[in-house]
Parts: sequence; structure tokens; C-alpha cells
Amino acid sequence: MTTVIDVEDVSKQFKIHHERNQSLKERLLHPKAGSTELFNALKDISFSVSSDETVGILGHNGSGKSTLLKCICGVLQPTSGQIRLRGNLAALLELGAGFQTELSGRDNVYLYGAMLGLSKRSVDAIFDDIVAFSEIEHFIDTQVKFYSSGMYVRLAFAVAVNVDPDILVVDEVLAVGDERFQAKCVDRIRTFQEEGRSILLVTHQADQVRALCDRAIVLDGGLMIANGPVQESLRIFREHLLEDAVEHDRAGHQAEVAIDSVTTPSGSFDVRSGASIHFDVHISSHTAYSGNFVMELFTRSGMLVSRSDAQGSPVNLKPGANQVGVDLPNLPLLDGVYDVNVGVVDYHGTVIAWKEQAASIQVTYAGREGGIVELGASIQQL
Amino acid sequence: MSDASPARVKRRSLENAPVRVVSARANLPTRLRNLWSRHELLTSLIFSDIRIKYKNSTLGIFWSMLSPALTLGIYYLVFSVITKNGYPNFALYLFSGLVVWNMFVTAVNMATGVIVDRAALVKKVSFPREILALANVGASVVYFAIQLAVLCLFLLALGHAPAWNFLWILPISFVALYLLTASVAIVMSAVTVYLRDMRHLMEVLLQLWFWLSPVVYSYQNTISQRLHDHGLTWMYFLNPITPIIMTFQRIFYVKTTVISTNPPHPVLQILPQWSMSSFAMMNLTLLAITIVLFLLSLTIFGRLEGNFESEL
Repeated sequence: MTTVIDVEDVSKQFKIHHERNQSLKERLLHPKAGSTELFNALKDISFSVSSDETVGILGHNGSGKSTLLKCICGVLQPTSGQIRLRGNLAALLELGAGFQTELSGRDNVYLYGAMLGLSKRSVDAIFDDIVAFSEIEHFIDTQVKFYSSGMYVRLAFAVAVNVDPDILVVDEVLAVGDERFQAKCVDRIRTFQEEGRSILLVTHQADQVRALCDRAIVLDGGLMIANGPVQESLRIFREHLLEDAVEHDRAGHQAEVAIDSVTTPSGSFDVRSGASIHFDVHISSHTAYSGNFVMELFTRSGMLVSRSDAQGSPVNLKPGANQVGVDLPNLPLLDGVYDVNVGVVDYHGTVIAWKEQAASIQVTYAGREGGIVELGASIQQL
Repeated sequence: MSDASPARVKRRSLENAPVRVVSARANLPTRLRNLWSRHELLTSLIFSDIRIKYKNSTLGIFWSMLSPALTLGIYYLVFSVITKNGYPNFALYLFSGLVVWNMFVTAVNMATGVIVDRAALVKKVSFPREILALANVGASVVYFAIQLAVLCLFLLALGHAPAWNFLWILPISFVALYLLTASVAIVMSAVTVYLRDMRHLMEVLLQLWFWLSPVVYSYQNTISQRLHDHGLTWMYFLNPITPIIMTFQRIFYVKTTVISTNPPHPVLQILPQWSMSSFAMMNLTLLAITIVLFLLSLTIFGRLEGNFESEL
């Protein structure tokens, strides 16, 4: 296993201009005016990524995740520290950023390829694949300025994923395009994983990390607050989001609510398919609070099985210890381990308390159906 | 490219793959190496620049000849026909200086705003940013080559032989011109990010610079004596483009002394009567200076590049 990305004590500072002084006249007339402030976008970040690993970078807006990504891609230079890269890297930072709208699709493929570090001959070799993937055969010789935004994005994505990168860096691009295109992107990423390439995926969607990554890094305010298994990092990410929210609302009148534990009467979380299971969720609250109770159920591979929505079931918490009972009758799940996340949200859907992986239920199934859900299909020839 | 065991092939190739380092400030040798490793990108950018420039014009690349030809025509009309400076074959004299000046001014004008104009690209895609300025210089080299070809046709049509024995100095002079143009283009492209009105200032400065260079007038014939009397000759030669223009004029215009076309036909000293070795020495010195300037411009660019993101 080779280390392909090695980030060593990387910090990045930005100058924030309070008054922009971008003309010569202004600079000459007011040499001192225009205060600047230093902003630490990243502070001493260190981690490494090995080949055939998919790592997710999580963080909310302003946490520094895009800055980190740009440093890794070499678009930005870190203020201190260094990043060592092995193998060639293709970045999907903003699809089509390198396009010249005056040129035809064909010319742009060559130009974009050159920007990603390919020679003309290597672009020749993959040109047909690119065009086929982008599905714009008829328009390849049309100027890009006449493309629809969908065609534009498809062409850019097609170039980036066909350049045979050793490291693929993806920044929230999976959020663009229609559903079919998104599925195509995710498919392509899975193929890359199977081929043993490294992928760095930046997102604020926990579900995507759960579904695609082997490991996750959480950034908050420029600091790395987690670097470990997906489940663990997601727990920290969610709980951190919550802490921030509580800090925000401290001035207000928010009740301090915490989820203490989830238990079953028997103490066991093992259940047979089709049987019922009952949990008790222990919630402590400092004040009386009314909100909604939310529960999520995930497979171990990160697929969401079920989520009761934010307008879920109302609960009225009293000061002190509270208990909420959850009944899952005739559990229609097949063999496997399922993680349960529980939480309390207010009436607007803002999370008040959350516990990630509060319990794991082990389902055993004796039948021969495969998958997640027991449909109990009966098949007869008519 | 065999599909036999892609994972194994990949792993093996990765262990030996060179390690690239992204850090605060790359030193000069690293910058040069990075620049060289992306010469294919430079070539594509040069040709896409040219293609874009003439994409929607009916005459296309023909404009790169037409507009200098018009400039040439105007100067010829003003200086030779209207004010009658009396230089024989004045069009040729003008042309040999203008090819040099056009290359310089086209590149610098284009490069001055290039980083600001391509901000979207600079903020999203990783490549040595000075390539954008160098692509502009490259495009102007192409226009220069076209104009030089036209100049040669011109010589042929007039039956005017160049100074064959001086011709070997031309490549030295050209490399110096290239490096000088590239240095100014690189520095200006970065400075404009911080001082946006540099573009307008540059237009004026380039005008001034043009008149400080002996393109439409003859240094030897008009101002050399006066400069010499005040001991200011050295100041005139601080302009690094002057020796290049004089070299081109010496090679293509050839004659150093001519007989004026104006009566009573006095003898004019139009170009300095330096020997071939002093022309060679002058160009070699200039080459050395421009190499230093080029390295300096890369260093300055490297310093300024760090804050592009927050300025763009």
C-alpha cells in the first residue's frame, strides 16, 4: 500500500480586505487605508491517504474543506506545511472551469486534457471514450457557448474521469446534474474504487460519505476534529454540529436535551426477521421541552433503510429523566446488522439532541431471500 | 494499457511515481521544472489563444498581418510622405523595427489582464499560472513569425538583400526579445491582479516606450548628437528594446549611411556604424541581462502568486 497523499502540518491564512484597494490611484492616495485581517482557513492539518482508499472530508460551510482540497490540488499554496502527492491527480472542483466558451467541444477536450497534464497523443487515445461518456456526439464540433448547462457539465465530467487519474478529487460535484447523471457519477466512482484508485470526496452530505467512503475526516473552523472510521467520524460530525447549534442558541431559551442511552427490556439487540423489537430511549432534559422524536435505521454499508421525518412523533419532555419507547413490530428486515440513530428535533426540524449509532440491531433470517427487506413474495405459475 | 491486472500495474507504477510537493513557496529551479513539465499545455494554450482571437472574424489570421500593415502605412504616410524625413526605403526601415515592437507590445498588452480575465480558471485548475502569460507571448511569437515572413517577401520584392554576414546575430537578438517580452508580460500579469488600473496605465506607458525606441525615427540621425553632448547616451540605451530594434534594422535595412531623398540630397547617418563584433557583443550582453530579468520575473511572480486567491 503506497501513500499517495501526505498532508503535513498544512496551514492556510487568507487576507480579508475590509476596504478593497485595487486601483493604483487608491493606493497612492491612501497608502495605509484599507485594513486587512488575517483569517486562518486551515490550522495544522496532517493526514495521509493510501492508494485504493476512499476518504470523505466532511464539514459545514466555512469549515475549510474546500480550501484543503484546493491546497491538495495545487490551486492554492499552503501558508506553511507541505503536501506530497504521488501519481497523477484529476480534480472535479468545478466542472468545466477550464473551458473556453469560444472554442468547440473538441478543442476544449484537448485544452482541458492538457490542463490536467495529458499530452495530445494521450487525449487522442481517450477521445472517443470521452465523447461516448458525455453523450454529445452530435455537438462535439459546436462552440461550447451554445451548449446547455447539462451538456457542459457532462463533457467536463467525461474528460476528468477518462484521464485515468491515480487520485480523483471530487468536490460536491455530485450534487449537480439530473438524477441519471448523478447515478452515472456515483457508478464511475465505484468503478474507480474497484480499480484501486484513491478518491477524496468532499461533501456535507453524511449519506454520501456513508455510502462511498472507507474513512472520513471532519473539519471544523479550520481544525481537523476527526480522522477515522466513517461511523465514528459521522458521530463526531453530527454531535459537533449540535454543539455549535447549542452555542448559538445559548442566549435563547433552548432546553438542554441529551440522549443518554438506548436499551431493550431483555438487554439484547438480537432479533429474528419478522419478530418485533422494543427499545427504550432515555432522554434527559433540563427544562420542559416539546419537540419531535426522530429515528433513522441504516445498513452497515451506509444505506438508509428508514427515517421518520422531522415532523415525526411529538414528545413532551419534562425536566429530568424521560423515556421514549420505540416499537418495531414484525421487523421485515433480512440478515445483517442495522444501526439506529435517534434524536429530538424542534418543530422546524432543527436538531436539538442527536445520538449517532445509538444502538445496533442484529437481525437473523432463516429464509432464502437476499437483500434488506423481506417481501415474502409468493411466486406461482399461472 | 493491458487489462490483465490493472490494480497490480497501477500499484507498481505508483511506487515509482515521482512525488510532487505543494508547499508555501517553490524555489526557482522547481518553478522552472514545473514550467517545463507543462510545455504541452503551453502549446495548446497558444493555439487556442490564436484560434479564439480570430474565431469570429471573416479574415481570420490575416488580421495579424493586416493591422501591422495599416500601422506601417500610417507611419509611412506621416513621416515619409507628409513630413518628408528623406530616408530612402523608409517603409523597410519602419518594418524592420515594427516587427520587433509589435511582438513586444502585443504580448504585453494581452498578458497584462490575462490572470484577471481567466480568474475562474486560475481559482479552479492547478497549473503554473505564468503559463497564461507565456501563452500570450507564444501567440505573439506566431504573429511575429508571420510578419517576419512578410518582411522577407518585401525584401524579395524590392530586390533588397539583408546583411548576410550579420544574420547569425538575429537568433541571439530574437531570444533576448523573447525573454524580455516574457519577463514584462509575466510581471504585469501578476501586478494587475493587485492593481487593476495597471491596464490603462500600461497603454500610456507603452505609448511612451514606443517613442523612446528608434522605430519611426533614426536614433543616429536625430538625437544621438544631442544626447552625447549632455552625456545622456547611456540613458537612451537603458531601454532594452533599443539594441534589438537596431540589430533588426541593421540586418534588414542594412545601410548605415544613406543619401537623403530630399534636395540637396545630403548624406544621412541613419544607423550606428558599429562593427559586427560590437553588434554581437551588444546582443550577447543583452541576452545575459534578459536571462536574469526572466528569472527575476519568475521570482516576482512566485511572490505575488500566493495571494491571487483572495484578490481575484
